[in-house]
Amino acid sequence: MNSARRLLLKAAGSAGLITSAVAAGLLIPGRALADWDSAAFSATRLIDALAAIGASRATTSLDVAVKTPDIAENGAVVPVEVHTTLPKVESIAILAEKNPTPLIAQYTLTDFDGVLTTRIKMRETAKVRAIVKADGKFYTAAKEVKITIGGCGG
Amino acid sequence: MSIPIKVRAGNGEIKALISHPTENGLRKDSKTGQLVPAHFINSVIIMLNGKTVLDGQWSGGVSKDPFITLRVKGMKAGDRVNLSVRDNMGDTGSVEASAS
Repeated sequence: MNSARRLLLKAAGSAGLITSAVAAGLLIPGRALADWDSAAFSATRLIDALAAIGASRATTSLDVAVKTPDIAENGAVVPVEVHTTLPKVESIAILAEKNPTPLIAQYTLTDFDGVLTTRIKMRETAKVRAIVKADGKFYTAAKEVKITIGGCGG
Repeated sequence: MSIPIKVRAGNGEIKALISHPTENGLRKDSKTGQLVPAHFINSVIIMLNGKTVLDGQWSGGVSKDPFITLRVKGMKAGDRVNLSVRDNMGDTGSVEASAS
């Protein structure tokens, strides 16, 4: 995101300002306010993907649970549920630790009520990790999934 | 893009299935042996009564025909939910539904 746009987004505290930004052609209606985070999504190492989303120091938390099948025969479709009882959830990210690019999904959330699911592809047996940002702090939990047939191609 | 969606006010749950090939750019076409170009949804937005409750970014690591479930606080019957997506080739899709 360029710095001018970042400032605009910081300044745009009210719907009125957003509307005028749309009118000025600065924002396109129906598009995400945030640009696609190519640095985070193209990171090939887990440590780099975590750093790119600011979660290098996430704390392991029992208030976050990743629910998946123990064994997924088809790595192309692995259902992942992220549950959390943490209040003030701001964002959730889902990563498959041994995928060619580990970061799979990144969500900014408002009025979140504890459950979010997404089906993902997995190359091989690995941990699926969830990162939950709540009240300004990062929390994490992971669950290993055994993969019989990898689902990333190549 | 077909996007069946279910919205239940009882538990505040939104469920949507988005018909999309979701290629990560790493898969080889079995006939030609060539890599199939990356083609995936990179933006998914869910709004409740016009307020954004989920602003998501995806990689090609999401499964084909992405399926997403979200629980939102304070949903009532009749509330309006809008889900919109955009992919890396600029295709877009959206769906609206009322909570029941």
